[in-house]
Amino acid sequence: MSAITHDHDHEHDHKPSGIKRWLYTTNHKDIGTMYLVFALLMFFIGGSMAMVIRLELFQPGMQFVEPQFFNQMTTVHGLIMVFGAVMPAFTGLANWMIPMMIGAPDMALPRMNNWSFWILPFAFLILLLSLFMPGGGPDFGWTFYAPLSTTYSNDSTALFVFSVHIMGISSIMGAINVIVTIWNMRAPGMTWMKMPLFVWTWFITAFLLIMVMPVLAGAVTMVLTDKYFGTSFFDAAGGGDPVLFQHIFWFFGHPEVYIMILPAFGIVSAIIPTFARKPLFGYASMVYATASIAILSFLVWAHHMFTTGMPVFATLFFMYCTMLIAVPTGVKVFNWVATMWRGAMTFEVPMMFALAFIVLFTIGGFSGLMLAITPADFQYHDTYFVVAHFHYVLVTGAVFSIIAAAYYWLPKWTGHMYDERLGQLHFWCSLISVNLLFFPMHFVGLAGMPRRIPDYALQFADFNAFISVGGFLFGLSQLIFVWVLVKCARGGEKATAQVWEGAEGLEWQVPSPAPYHTFETPPEVK
Amino acid sequence: MTNARCLLWSLPTLLFAASANASKSMPLNMTKGATEISQQVYDLHMTIFWICCVIGAVVFGIMFWSIIRHRKARGVQPAQFHESTKVEILWTAIPVVILIGMAIPATKTLIAMEDTSAADVTVLVTGSQWKWHYKYLEHDLEYFSLLATPREQIANKLAKGENYLLEVDRPLVIPTGKKVRFLMTSDDVIHSWWVPAFAIKKDANPGFINEAWTRVDEPGIYRGQCAELCGKDHGFMPVVVIAKTPEDYLAWVAQEESRIAAEKAAERELLAMNMDMAELMATGEKVYQGWCVACHQPTGGGLPGIFPALKGSQLILNDRQAHIEIIVNGKAGTAMQAFGKQLSLKELAAVITYTRNAFDNNTGDAVQAADVYAVQQGKGE
Amino acid sequence: MQLHRTLVTKLLLVTALMFGFGFALVPLYDVFCEVTGINGKTSNVPATALVDGVDTSREITIEFLARPNKDMPWIFKPEIRRLTVHPGEVHVMNYFAENPTAQMIVGQAVPSVSPGQAALYLHKIECFCFTQQQLAAGRNMLMPVQFYVDPALPAQFSTITLNYTLYDVTANWQGNAATENLGE
Repeated sequence: MSAITHDHDHEHDHKPSGIKRWLYTTNHKDIGTMYLVFALLMFFIGGSMAMVIRLELFQPGMQFVEPQFFNQMTTVHGLIMVFGAVMPAFTGLANWMIPMMIGAPDMALPRMNNWSFWILPFAFLILLLSLFMPGGGPDFGWTFYAPLSTTYSNDSTALFVFSVHIMGISSIMGAINVIVTIWNMRAPGMTWMKMPLFVWTWFITAFLLIMVMPVLAGAVTMVLTDKYFGTSFFDAAGGGDPVLFQHIFWFFGHPEVYIMILPAFGIVSAIIPTFARKPLFGYASMVYATASIAILSFLVWAHHMFTTGMPVFATLFFMYCTMLIAVPTGVKVFNWVATMWRGAMTFEVPMMFALAFIVLFTIGGFSGLMLAITPADFQYHDTYFVVAHFHYVLVTGAVFSIIAAAYYWLPKWTGHMYDERLGQLHFWCSLISVNLLFFPMHFVGLAGMPRRIPDYALQFADFNAFISVGGFLFGLSQLIFVWVLVKCARGGEKATAQVWEGAEGLEWQVPSPAPYHTFETPPEVK
Repeated sequence: MTNARCLLWSLPTLLFAASANASKSMPLNMTKGATEISQQVYDLHMTIFWICCVIGAVVFGIMFWSIIRHRKARGVQPAQFHESTKVEILWTAIPVVILIGMAIPATKTLIAMEDTSAADVTVLVTGSQWKWHYKYLEHDLEYFSLLATPREQIANKLAKGENYLLEVDRPLVIPTGKKVRFLMTSDDVIHSWWVPAFAIKKDANPGFINEAWTRVDEPGIYRGQCAELCGKDHGFMPVVVIAKTPEDYLAWVAQEESRIAAEKAAERELLAMNMDMAELMATGEKVYQGWCVACHQPTGGGLPGIFPALKGSQLILNDRQAHIEIIVNGKAGTAMQAFGKQLSLKELAAVITYTRNAFDNNTGDAVQAADVYAVQQGKGE
Repeated sequence: MQLHRTLVTKLLLVTALMFGFGFALVPLYDVFCEVTGINGKTSNVPATALVDGVDTSREITIEFLARPNKDMPWIFKPEIRRLTVHPGEVHVMNYFAENPTAQMIVGQAVPSVSPGQAALYLHKIECFCFTQQQLAAGRNMLMPVQFYVDPALPAQFSTITLNYTLYDVTANWQGNAATENLGE
């Protein structure tokens, strides 16, 4: 261990102080921290929009906002949570952990790394400021289906397009950086099949990103030219087709869903073995399962569009492929359970979030399987059942995994143990409230409540009031998280290098907190 | 922290209270619906649901057993196994078999749902922001179907009725026991016509047609909503379908056809006479509340950046002819529709008069049915 | 560094290609529609008349629908609502169009066939939807579509619905509309 830690580390730290350090930094740890803080900020901004939505839906009738503003809230909530919270949080984790996990001194392209972070705040500033334009911000749903987003959208659409372009460029640069780092900078002896699963899942995610973010860029460009420059990609009158938009969007959109869950698989595959004190079961099959999910993700996009009227054989093809995704996903869940089996488990906060992830993500997977059954999908589609489904995979899936990762690596980042009691409180409050929030949505959806409506029939009133209460509680619970983070950053019990008894991997061989520069001499992996 | 605990304990009570309340009004499951197909869909839904429950019970059962038994606190030593090809093949193969078992009935139902041939009645369903239009292809019968819930109920100024937001002025009427085919299309953005009781949800795409069909066994009233985000009032364009026995259906068709014929005859008479200002304003306000208020707002102020204001509009104040034309013919490429095809001459005259005199516009002039008719016939110059 | 540069170049190339692919999806989709009949799009190039025989053993009902879009003031309707044909027979169907307004208006009809798959078997030899149509104020005209049903039409289809949605495209009129229809 001492061979890796350099006594003269701080002599290397030529970091400028104050704001300049953060503006000019090319250090993967600084950039990772900035991504994570940014994601947390966006999580709260997007979350407060969700609070507006839940407030309006608390009672039937229009109370607080106008339908137009309600639509802007649902749209921007979705955009911010997807592109501002979940994706940057994963990129932040990748920045912090991937070099340390593969024994590299930094990311391969440090200056590009700085850029890919610093254009992000501007993208979201533009998006948020567009809400204050006359006519308001984007109000066509985060899926921006044409022609609602073209002929019938308001004047701020150009800003929306510009902002999505910047987000896309940022993600693509981040993804290229991850691929190059993993490809070229692994320490001697760190062969492909020795890489931690978090590295593997991010590697595959990065490929998905550079494959589909350009397609999204193409889609928004077509929206832009259709709206402002007289093209007719999606306008039937000019020979276009509005359904084409959905094909292009979901060709991006479905892999995007996996972009937001594959790194989560990697995190859980790191946490479960640590706290079960037992090696991960079926490492190789985990890698193959991840790869097959990524490949299948390009073949299932039209399952978001069963009601658009496709020929029967096309519908069947997409239904079968979608059902097939359940197989590799199932393999992953079985592997995690088998890892726990006959381990010696302890239940610190990261483990609790990882366990909740497995159960609740699987519930989201089950509803996903139900949604794949096309005839039944005609009833579920665009109802709260779908809302429940994707919040189970995104909130109790992706977000829970990010929180688990934060607790897991926080001692490594700060050098202090977080407050276990507060962490457990955060976990239990989140677990209970998130289920109060999203579980009843299944029932509301099955009973027939469409999504994206600002007001509803009286039969849905009780459940919606209840869901809103769950929503407010979940929102409040996350304040505990901020408290834990601040407390841990400021001080606390000193963390050891290994932090967790069962932790294995290169990142646990450097001291806690991790020095500004790590692995300047590559470690030898046996 | 005691507060937080308190809150946590009170939650299950709340949950119970809410579900007890709701069980009186809201079903907790998908509807079985009113047709053979919707029953099949319900069965598929339940089958896959129970399959998920069983798999979930097994997987979570093993997981929780492991959590209880294999904890360090019990002093167990961790095992070190980390693979088993046999087990891994097994748990790849079993889901595949289950999925194939599930795909077969799903495929059968899907094929039945898509078979729109040999229909007895065909209705062309056209969505537009934010209303449905129904046209019976076998009869000379077509009309718009608008939300009937009064604005005051939505704004919480009046008590909400039983079918709040699920009621329309003119429901779609179909015969029972006949195969009814729906052709869906749209005039502007994408809408989706959804009646849960028929298990029909089909997108209405502008410029293209989609098909769906149903055969309803029992007479009754079936309610649904638009299911695809279509703009501001997406939540306010419900679908109501009344299924009547074939005899009642034909009687209804005859009655509607004669009503429409009588209205057309009355329109012609209208051309010759002048309505007085009070009558025009009264009718106009009613029409405005039903058709215009969603975009141009009760105050006539519109929504800046999206829907133009009528209050103080230069077009209204300075160009009477252009005002009539824009209402009759709409404005291409915007949400402003050609109301000449949607409203009667009397209604058009009234709403134009109303908007010329309400919201402090005070132009003081009345527009008569004959003026509107002249524009419709292209002789308005 | 050289190692990085080659890999970055390759990855940027993939990115650029995928951006191009996004746009390539537009023509690809049209090809895909023509092959599979997604969305009931019909070919907008004239078909040639069929040479081999008529299948008199089958009868197909063709339903004709016409719908001026909401801001199109023309009166637009088919001469008859349904026609029963044998596969292989060439038929002509006329659509009536009238411009009741005081302005010249250019229209573009967009065809859509349901069930979508049947679109592959409905061949149009001549159609008013191939070009933009122009009508002077107060004028009317008959617009023909000449078509036949492919005898290869799968057995499960007995009814084909052909819908035209008519749009007002005066604003972006290219000037090459079928001007011979100006008078009547």
